[in-house]
Order: sequence, then structure tokens, then C-alpha cells
Amino acid sequence: MKRNYGYRFIKVAFLSVYLVIMVFPLYWIVITSLKPQKEIFSYPVHYWPEQFTLQNYVNIFKVSKFNVYMANSLFVSISSALIVIVIAICSAYVLARFRFRGHKQIMLAFFVTQMLPGFIALAPLYMMMSNLHLLNQRISLILMYTVILIPFSTIMLRGFFQRIPANLEEAAMIDGCSQLSALIRVIIPIMMPGISSMFIFAFVQNWNELFLAVMFIDNESLKTLPVAMNSFILKFNVDWGSMSAGTVLSILPTILLFALAQRFIVEGLTQGAVKG
Amino acid sequence: MSSRQKFILSSLLPALLLVMIFTYYPFFKGVVMAFQNYKLFNLKQVHFVGIQNFVEAFRDQQFLAAMKNSAYWVFFSLILQFLLGFILALFLNKKFWGRGVYQAFIFYPWALSGFLIGLIWKWLFNSQIGVINDLLLRLGIIEDRIGFLSDPNWAMSSVIVANVWYGIAFFTIMLLAALQSIPSELYEAASIDGANGYRKLLYVTIPYIMPTIIATTLLRVIWIFNDPTLIYGMTNGGPGGATHILSSLMLNKIIYDGDYGAASAVGVIMIVMLFLYTLFYLMVTKSEKVGDF
Repeated sequence: MKRNYGYRFIKVAFLSVYLVIMVFPLYWIVITSLKPQKEIFSYPVHYWPEQFTLQNYVNIFKVSKFNVYMANSLFVSISSALIVIVIAICSAYVLARFRFRGHKQIMLAFFVTQMLPGFIALAPLYMMMSNLHLLNQRISLILMYTVILIPFSTIMLRGFFQRIPANLEEAAMIDGCSQLSALIRVIIPIMMPGISSMFIFAFVQNWNELFLAVMFIDNESLKTLPVAMNSFILKFNVDWGSMSAGTVLSILPTILLFALAQRFIVEGLTQGAVKG
Repeated sequence: MSSRQKFILSSLLPALLLVMIFTYYPFFKGVVMAFQNYKLFNLKQVHFVGIQNFVEAFRDQQFLAAMKNSAYWVFFSLILQFLLGFILALFLNKKFWGRGVYQAFIFYPWALSGFLIGLIWKWLFNSQIGVINDLLLRLGIIEDRIGFLSDPNWAMSSVIVANVWYGIAFFTIMLLAALQSIPSELYEAASIDGANGYRKLLYVTIPYIMPTIIATTLLRVIWIFNDPTLIYGMTNGGPGGATHILSSLMLNKIIYDGDYGAASAVGVIMIVMLFLYTLFYLMVTKSEKVGDF
């Protein structure tokens, strides 16, 4: 077989350049976070620090309550991801297995939410939370993050359910299981990879959410990480050391989780996209 | 009610109720606000003003600029993300030494928020000590530092570059999955008919993954159009509104002006644009049977 060296050269060149462009920003933010202040602002730019320091990390914990923000983010993100998974399993299962009046309309209602410019609801939501006395309470964020993720999780999990043959639970029901116990004992264990990837996806979304958290939470001890980062820009406009240290700490958990679940997430998302 | 109906109803109720109360209800309230003079600092005076907010929007230079910017933003982000993502998916489709490295590294922007990506690129593009300026100077490509984010002529291109960087992985993932679902017999048959690589791409690959191409490009537009977080983190619409797209302008009107009426009017205009776009989407997908559910 004839080897096409031109094609191979283009391929290797493209892939190499692309890899550098993808990795470099991550490298740069990590390396900046480890530089002492004067080196961050030195010119010419240092591509490798002359001196490594953890001072920026110490600073963000001293100047702000970074550990509190991290704990808040963890609590809100995990709670909401758990709740949304339970609710979405119920709705997705029913929408995958049954045909009934209103079936199409419900699916459509879930799809449409994905297209709405969400900020139009920001002000009314603020007032609703105020009337429910939920402002400055973590429950407001848990509630909203759950609501936001329900349609997408339902659509995705429905796709997973549809790939599992229905006669599996029919067999279990002949053996005396109710529909519910067939779902819990037979189907959910098979679905575990899909469910865990949905959980991680939900967690990452919640972990990153900024604007609702800015609107609903004013209390310093209840702020989430993105809100803290947001006030970093407002407070210390030029402190790139703290900024980069904060950024590294904010992205670390999501990158780790994403690396873990990448395969499932990719599979699940493509399934949803191909199906529309 | 039969037990089947009970099961269906009780399983759907939590999801439906929550979405109706906390998505659709505030959304429609927001649309109503577009026809009121709803300002945070003057809540006692709220009343209906007809289409005044819309008239003012179309008289506002910043709004008109944001319309134009939105078009640039969506068009160039989409085209570049798609083309680069497609090329990358084609290259990654065949196994080669080191492919795992790509799977580990090129998808990670997806784990980050647009806001943090905006912050990172703001740092990279910094006009004084930014590394991009430094690299370009060292390579002799530029003579003077460029104010990528402070010069209105550069700012829009700069935020688009960051957005393209962010979005390529999406297309790579989707198109790669589609490519891997193509049966190898199709290529064998094409080889027997004497097709070369280029013709195989044109007559086998692209037609086969067309439904995915249509679905991803069209859905992606909505997302790019609606999401202002990257711009918020990177420039917050500056300098002087040069990088405001409609959604970031709307967000600014809420957060900084507290002018919910004006913000909602922008939102309603966005919905009308998305509605027209969706009609087009449905027309295109009808022949490809993508939108069935």
C-alpha cells in the first residue's frame, strides 16, 4: 500500500499544534498560581518560574474564606445532583416505557426549556425566592439547580432506558415484582454507568453555576466558589496570583471527575444528540 | 384510576411540577415584564407601558451593536468550532499511538465553566504582561503589544477565539461518535468502486453523519447565542460595549442597571429570533428525520 506522506505530515502537524493550544492555557494558569507576585508581573515573561511558591494559595485562604466557599459548593452541588437523579429517573423511566396522552407534549415541554434564554426568568425567580423566604439560604440554590437539570437529565436518562430491553422487567414482574421493584432491582443496576455519568454531569454544572448564586446569596458564609471568584475580579482587579490559585482550586474537582466519567458522558451525550 | 395511570402520574409529577413552577412560570412573568417599566429602584411605579421598552431598545446604539456582535459571535464561533472539530474527529477516528493523550486533554474545557475560561483567557490576552503578546513579540510576528481586550478593533475577535477554543471539543466528541458508527462495509464497497480518500469522505462519510452534523450545528447555535458567561468573565461586554452580545447585554441590564423591563425586552427579542431560527431548524430536519422523538 502506498503511503501518503503529505497527509501524514498534515495530520501530525495539526494534532500537535492542537494539543499545545489545548494544554497551554491550563499549564499557564497552574504555573502562574505557583509564581511569587513579582515574577507574575515581571517582564519578559517567565515560562518556567525561577522560584516556586504556594503563597498565592495561602493568600486566598487567608484573605477570603475559600475553604467555606468550597464546602458550600460541594454541599449544594452534591445535594442537587442527588435529588435531580432521583426525580429524573422516575420521569425518564415512565417516558421511555409508556405511551400515554400528553406524552409528546411533556417531552416537548422539556425540550423547549433547553432553548429559553434563562436570564429572562432571573428577576421573577428572585422575587419568588424572596416571597418564599429562601434568599440567602442554600436551599434556594439546591432547588433551582435541580429544576434546571431536570429536563436535560430526563431526556438523557430516557435515552439510556430505551436501550435496555423492556422484557427484562417484564420477566421480573412475571416472577412477582411490582413495576417499581422491577425498576429498582433489575433496571437501575444495569443503568448504573449512565446514572453515575449523569450525576457527575449534574455535579459539574452545579459546581460551575454563577448567576443564580450571585442573585440569591449575599451572605459571605453561604457563597459558592464561582461567586467568590466573581467578587475576586471586582475586589482585586490585578491580583492574578490569587485569581490563578482560585481558578486552579475551582477547576480541580471538576477536571478529576470529568476525566473519570468522560467515556460515559461522551457516550450519553452523543446518544441524546443523535436522537435529537 | 388504574394502577398504571397512578404509576405514570406519580412518577412524572415531581419533575413536571418543579419545571412548571420554577421554569415556565417565572419565564412567562419575565416576558410580561418586557411590557412594563420594571426598574429595581422604582418598584412602586411599575405599570404597563406597551412596546416602549422595545422602541427604546431599537433606538439604543449599544443594543444595535450587540445585535451585530451576536451575529459575528454565533457565525464565526460555530463555523470555526465545527470545521476544526470535524478535522480533529477525522484524525482521531483511526487508532494511532498517543490517541489516549488526546482523549485525556482535549475534552477538559468541558469540565470548566465559561466564566473561568473567560478569566483564563483574559489573563492570556492581557495587554501588558499577557503571554500571547509575549509569544507574538518573541516570534517577531508583532512589533508592539496589542490590546486584545482593550482595543475595540481586537476585542470581538479575541472573545471569539476563546469561545472557539472552548467549543471545539463538543463537535469532536459528537462527530467522532458518529464517525465510529459508520459500518466499515460502506468503505470497502467504495474502495471496490475505486473511490479514493477524498471521494470516500464526500460520498460515504459526510452523507452518513449528516443527521449528526445538522443536529449538532443547529442546536449549538442556540447555546452559543444564549450563553454570555464567557464574555462576562473575559470582558463583561467591554471595551465600551464592543463585545456585548444580546445575552450579555441583557445580563448587564439586570445585574448593574436593575432595569428588568429593558432586560426582558432584549430577552423577548432573542426569543423571537430563536423562534424563527427553530422554524428553519424544523424545516431542515424534516427531510433528515433528526427531530423525531
